[in-house]
Amino acid sequence: MTTDQPNPYRLSDSGTRQISFTFDGKTYQGREGDTLASALLANGVHLMGRSFKYHRPRGVLGSGSEEPNALVSFDRGAGRVTPNVRATTLELYDGLVANSQNRWPSLKRDVGAFNNTFSMFFPAGFYNKTFMWPRSFWDKVYEPFIRSMAGLGLAPTKPDPDVYASTYGHCDTLIVGAGPAGLAAALAASKTDNRVILVDENPALGGSLLSSEKASIDGASITDWLAQTEQALRQAKNVTILTRTTAIGYYHDNFIALAERLTDHLADAEIGQSRERLHRIRSDKVILAQGAIERPLVFHGNDLPGIMLASAAQTFLNRYGTAVGYEVAVFTSHDSAYGAAFDLHDAGVHVPVIIEARTDIDADLRDSAAARGIEIVLAAAVSNCFGKWRINALELYTPINGKTRRIKCDALLMCGGWTPSLHLWSHSKSSIKWDDKIDAFVPGKANENASCVGACNGDFGLQTALEAGGRVAGGEATYTVSEVPFGRGETFRSLPNYKDVSKQKAFVDFQNDATEKDISLAVREGFSSIEHVKRYTTIGMATDQGKTSNLNAMQIASVAVKKSVQEVGLTTFRPPYTPTTFGALAGYRSGDLFEVERKTSIDSWAAENDAVFEPVSIWRRARYFPNGSEDMHAAVARECKATRTSLGIFDASTLGKIEIVGPDAAKFMNLMYTNPWAKLAVGRCRYGLMLREDGYIYDDGVVGRMAEDRFHVTTTTGGAPRVFRHMEDYLQSEFPELDVWLTSTTEQWAVIALNGPNARKLIAPFIDGIDLSPDAFPHMAVREGKIFGIETRLFRVSFSGELGFEVNVPAHYGRAVWEALFEAGAEYGIVPYGTEAMHVLRAEKGFIIVGQDTDGTVTPQDAGMSWAVSKKKKDFVGKRSLMRSDIVANGRRQLVGLLTVDPNVVLEEGAQIVADPDQPIPMDMIGHVTSSYWSETLGRSIAMAVVKGGFDLEGKTIFVPMPGTTHSAKVCNPVFYDPDGERLNVG
Amino acid sequence: MFLIHCPYCDEDRPEIEFSYAGEAHIARPQNADAISDAEWSEYLFIRENKRGIHCERWWHTNGCNRFFNAVRNTVTDKFIMTYEMGEPRPTPEEIEAARDDD
Repeated sequence: MTTDQPNPYRLSDSGTRQISFTFDGKTYQGREGDTLASALLANGVHLMGRSFKYHRPRGVLGSGSEEPNALVSFDRGAGRVTPNVRATTLELYDGLVANSQNRWPSLKRDVGAFNNTFSMFFPAGFYNKTFMWPRSFWDKVYEPFIRSMAGLGLAPTKPDPDVYASTYGHCDTLIVGAGPAGLAAALAASKTDNRVILVDENPALGGSLLSSEKASIDGASITDWLAQTEQALRQAKNVTILTRTTAIGYYHDNFIALAERLTDHLADAEIGQSRERLHRIRSDKVILAQGAIERPLVFHGNDLPGIMLASAAQTFLNRYGTAVGYEVAVFTSHDSAYGAAFDLHDAGVHVPVIIEARTDIDADLRDSAAARGIEIVLAAAVSNCFGKWRINALELYTPINGKTRRIKCDALLMCGGWTPSLHLWSHSKSSIKWDDKIDAFVPGKANENASCVGACNGDFGLQTALEAGGRVAGGEATYTVSEVPFGRGETFRSLPNYKDVSKQKAFVDFQNDATEKDISLAVREGFSSIEHVKRYTTIGMATDQGKTSNLNAMQIASVAVKKSVQEVGLTTFRPPYTPTTFGALAGYRSGDLFEVERKTSIDSWAAENDAVFEPVSIWRRARYFPNGSEDMHAAVARECKATRTSLGIFDASTLGKIEIVGPDAAKFMNLMYTNPWAKLAVGRCRYGLMLREDGYIYDDGVVGRMAEDRFHVTTTTGGAPRVFRHMEDYLQSEFPELDVWLTSTTEQWAVIALNGPNARKLIAPFIDGIDLSPDAFPHMAVREGKIFGIETRLFRVSFSGELGFEVNVPAHYGRAVWEALFEAGAEYGIVPYGTEAMHVLRAEKGFIIVGQDTDGTVTPQDAGMSWAVSKKKKDFVGKRSLMRSDIVANGRRQLVGLLTVDPNVVLEEGAQIVADPDQPIPMDMIGHVTSSYWSETLGRSIAMAVVKGGFDLEGKTIFVPMPGTTHSAKVCNPVFYDPDGERLNVG
Repeated sequence: MFLIHCPYCDEDRPEIEFSYAGEAHIARPQNADAISDAEWSEYLFIRENKRGIHCERWWHTNGCNRFFNAVRNTVTDKFIMTYEMGEPRPTPEEIEAARDDD
């Protein structure tokens, strides 16, 4: 090793280009094809992060997406910082910038590391036990403390400028994982007429083959076989290959979500290119070939940088040409680690010792080690590790004689066996079973048309995987393979150590910093269900979902609760398989496309005339039209005044509309609304009140009878879809014998409401075919005719209490008619008004808004609307419920008006009401304010409220306690203005 | 995301076209005036919330606009069969014969 070399730990020259990158502000050299982890290791950098709870120094544990430790922030500039990216999967490009996380002020000088010194005070459940009292400390002291100390990377503070795509796909066979089993399955499937999709999270096909140098398949080297296989698959027209693509979730009926990373590996990823693409795939058959993940061994000090999985070191060596050290010791209970040791030795790395937990191993392994001069110590364990930022020596312990020995090393590989990857299998709700032979859970019965093949099925070895993969896809593949046997292992529930257990820090879950001790403590404290142990210790709950830790945790817990592992069971895996960006999930639905926004045909006029908008359900509606610098208060006062004294124009197009047609239309209306409809004359309107079956108000609106067999129903703006569903449901399910058709016509009609004494005068010159005289066209009537030559349904109705008309015209004429009316209205000083003025005008008249003055627990009686409920009808939806004992009982909340004692006080909507302002807290709340406005017309505030026994309180004073003050108000009738309705005929 | 067979369209369609509409075969009492509050509340509020075979209604909202019935296993989350509104509840034998989810 020479220090002037750019990559002192690089052993082979791949011939690829040298590139530079920056980690924590320091520039390093790497090469194309590296991951950030392999490039840092090539530079001898093992320290890549700090742990979650104790802020302990951490390096890589694994070499792929299972990595729990080496989480970094990937920085592409403002808004393009991705926290918690695994250094082992972050592909290097020239100029890449990444930073370590969870440390302050720097990776080596981290203030939070005092947690480690005092870790005896931070056992499992520490937070639950400690941050309890006093209550007043929760928000101000404890939460900020926990938030600053715990946690991973920082969430970006700027909006993400990148674009994310999404797509749907269909195929016959979806294969997840392009290792040997997945590739063999894809080869077999490519020879059928099935449409095949093969996905792998890596940039290249091959899976474990990319890390195995010494095998050969059908006489070809691994490199050659992979090249031939990829070529064959790329040429097959029925095969789609998606690399850099993670199958993140497996949902019902073989619906799989795939997250494809398109630009994160590019040096020049421009904004505007799709950064990721989410595929939603429906496949007839799913083949899971996800392989297995190596398990760490659980021993004191096993988290020091430089200690990693044996397979990870083998991958760094064979795939990236990087040695994880030059003095690499091995600690194992499984044969597979010997392969890693031998590969490193053969590449020129010194392997001082293989510490074997088992008491015996195969002669082959012993001979191979002996031939290389590698010492094997059987029935031994690592009892301690030394070094601050990276391991520099280990302590070997042989329990049989109680002796310890210190061995120098700059890396330590560990292997505690292999865990088949069952994550997606579990998402699909397929069962799992325990396999004693490999000491792990393996797939049980499939819940979908799906199979697991290869290592994720517990079938290890290259030939086994290839042939199983071929068979599952319907082929009769046989392969001639030369390979290093995978071997076998033994699982140790605990490893020997002379130190007292309480003095050990043997990590099980590296990402959540949970140790063996924590699991035992949880069990001692009475948590016997594995799901409770998981939540108490947080094992398996980190962003890696316990890929490397779950099985070790189950094994330790099983000892503690004295049950078998299969009785203890496995905790549930949930999507996503690996952390997924919100961008990928949101896809195109960001910014203006975040939610559908409906606009009326008159909306563009409102926008051009400086309307201030508000969302009403999914509609955008004009709230008020300020003149110049007017605020809302001034604008609304002006709009109300103009409407009451002359003429206001209002876009009511968002009203829900349903056309109810058929011989039984009136019968159906009788069942759906509380009011009687049979005798409503053609050309007349009626206010309709709709209940749910439980007797509570569901919707309301004016209904016009256009013909004997035809009703024009209007609903509230937000209620249109649910009212339509409610009607369809009853028609199809309960009253299928009725001959009625329902059609949603909300978007077919533009509705222009004209209110004010001059409303008739305005429209009169432009109407054809309708006699507008008060006698011929009274309040609550509807006529069909023409306005400006355009067909109209003209309603004489009023939601303001003034003389009012609602002009319905086909939606595409909406703006033209509006503009013509507005122009003609100039002579009357016509004023456009928005939803705010509409609310004030209706509240002055005591008209309710369903969903504002009612909340799903208000009956017609409660709302003072018994007049709308037919006493004669035999049946309507909700009728029986109006006789329920609770509904007719005294003491229900009833809708009343409120007049504040101080007329200038506008109460807050939602404010609670009490009878006795001096009652100590908690006070008895007798109701709440539902609507409250300043009424310019009345020169004072008005409010509506639901109050317990409110009808009997008329004239009495109630109280509204607010922070710092208590308002008093008198209960009154909610019709504040023109109680006799005389204004309807003024004009 | 489920694939649901609409018995009116006679097609398997993705779940996003449908809405759930509660338990099936709960008939609205014809003699509502004559029954007690307890019987009426049974109709209004009491549902099986069953673990296992469950008859339920679905609405083909973004499709043919029809309500229909389905038998689903709430343990495995598998649809076993769907049938038109008004058809009787399938017998246990019929459900057993249609099952492939056990």
